[in-house]
Amino acid sequence: MATTVMNPEDGERTASRSIIHRLLEHLPPPASIGPAVALAVTCAFFATQSPRFLDGRNFSLILQQVLEVGVIGIGQTLVILTSGIDLACGLVMAFGSIVMTKFAVNLGLNSYLAIACGLLVCAGFGYLNGALVTFVKLPPFIVTLGTLNIAYALTQIYSKSQTVSGLTNTLLYFGNTFRIGRTDVTYGTVLMLVLYLMTWLVLRDTAVGRHIYAIGNNPEATRLMGIPTQGLLRRVYTLAGLFYGIAGLLLVARTGVGDPQAGQTDNLDSITAVVLGGTSLFGGRGSLLGTLVGALIVGVIRNGLTLMGVSSVYQILITGILVILAVMTDQLSRRNKG
Amino acid sequence: MNKSGIGLVALLLVTGLAVRANEKPIIGLITKTDSNPFFVKMKQGAEQAANKDGATLMSAAGKFDGDNATQVTAIENMETAGAKTILITPSDTKAIVPAIEKARKSGVMVIALDTPTDPRNATDALFATNNFTAGELIGEYAKKAMGDKPVKIATLDLAPGITVGVLRHNGFLQGFGIKEGDPHIVCSQDTRGDQAKGQTAMENCLQKDPDINLVYTINEPAAFGAYQALKAAGKEKNVMVVSIDGGCPGVKAVQEGEIAATSQQYPLKMAAMGVNAGVQFAKDGKKASGYVDTGVNLITDKPESGVPSKSTKFGLAECWGG
Repeated sequence: MATTVMNPEDGERTASRSIIHRLLEHLPPPASIGPAVALAVTCAFFATQSPRFLDGRNFSLILQQVLEVGVIGIGQTLVILTSGIDLACGLVMAFGSIVMTKFAVNLGLNSYLAIACGLLVCAGFGYLNGALVTFVKLPPFIVTLGTLNIAYALTQIYSKSQTVSGLTNTLLYFGNTFRIGRTDVTYGTVLMLVLYLMTWLVLRDTAVGRHIYAIGNNPEATRLMGIPTQGLLRRVYTLAGLFYGIAGLLLVARTGVGDPQAGQTDNLDSITAVVLGGTSLFGGRGSLLGTLVGALIVGVIRNGLTLMGVSSVYQILITGILVILAVMTDQLSRRNKG
Repeated sequence: MNKSGIGLVALLLVTGLAVRANEKPIIGLITKTDSNPFFVKMKQGAEQAANKDGATLMSAAGKFDGDNATQVTAIENMETAGAKTILITPSDTKAIVPAIEKARKSGVMVIALDTPTDPRNATDALFATNNFTAGELIGEYAKKAMGDKPVKIATLDLAPGITVGVLRHNGFLQGFGIKEGDPHIVCSQDTRGDQAKGQTAMENCLQKDPDINLVYTINEPAAFGAYQALKAAGKEKNVMVVSIDGGCPGVKAVQEGEIAATSQQYPLKMAAMGVNAGVQFAKDGKKASGYVDTGVNLITDKPESGVPSKSTKFGLAECWGG
């Protein structure tokens, strides 16, 4: 245990700090505990309703089921933190997945190269969004509404609306599993968790991460501080595009096909996950890990209600109610702060 | 007017009449979307029939399933452009009715393809698959094929209230000989006809009851998703999957044993019949009427007695969607 002297510059009195206090400082702030509590409560509820819920295999399944929205959610969170929004995400993912599967299967390209092309195409769409937002100064909502349609049309034209099957092993790699105890876990699940962790650390502990929050909070002040906001915004949108491409690869590995009809509900689903996770749609605040929790809440509800034999339509009802509650909580805590 | 003047006028009149008579009838085709291979095939069929019968085809499509506004606009534009017959697969079976009625009042013949409007007689005629029969066929097949085995059924449906999904689901139950709420149905989840959502629904159903041995699916993408989930759980050999649509990927899946049987429907036939009716109407003013069942065939390579079916060879020759 360390005893430290007072630091007159900070004006803070730093007395001897216990390990517990140091530990608590590294945890997320109380506001983002809410979603985690909600997830825990939901899981506890379903555990009482069905003996098949609390099962390693079941949890592994739920994680696989939220891969698509989960990874797209990383990109969506980054964009929303800057006070933007990305409606094109799912359709960009679908286009990328068609590019990578068709290049590998129809053009016979090396699988790694094909995957790289798919990722590049998605990042390209992301850059396009960013460029339109920063150079032409269009609102993100409108820009991504436009690119959503462009991505969808290009997907249908290039794929002729046909599913691509007969995929190579490399494309299917992330669907392979390994054992933990008695449970099979896919590599895709691991990748998603790793991506979340990495992105969370960057957002929290690096200057770039702080700048992203700053842009969302007050773009003008951030710019006046000398931070190149426009370039950073473009990079955020491009990076988001890359995440959509990764989501496409994971989806391809999970379903075993390149599906031109995939991703059509992902924009609203990823925004739902972001909101349920406690991130503000107005930008500037929120936790990336919250998005994962939000996606899991939806996945757990879908899984739990199916185990209970409840009709699908109630999953939608409950999700809607939760979204309202989550936004209300965000609004109330905003009022309390300022 | 002198004699040559009258002659000129007469010549112009006759030429004008001849041109009118040779004018190709304009037929409009409005599908739900442009991306579903079912509608792609329908449009191809309509184009072929139009070329053969000497008609001009105009086409339009909604942007997504449920996009009523685009279809309304298309009806109005096609009518203005001179289409005397409009073929439509209505995205919203109720909301499209006022636009159809307006067109019919101006003398346009409107025929519904694949999906009836609500009410059905809002259109002059309906050329469609009987979706209930399509469900019944696979229900009867499944009942015979399962025999005396104790059966646990999962239904992978479309979405609340959509006619096609409801008819197929109820047809399946009728064909199998059970009613809604029967204890043999252990799981029912919606898929929106999407492959990834079908996979998720099957995974969750299997988690609920690992002994499911019969799966009804609303369409073949949902069936592919179900098969993927069954394979991951190591159950694909012991579980029977039945489906509806008869697209080429689906029939191939029957050939490969992934789907046990599928009810095949014929979008090309619907479109061709529609174009023929339009040409007939332009010729002699006789409107098509009533409901014409464009037929459905059970496709399987393991036929059951008492349930008429055709082989995958037939299915592949007649299928749609590449």
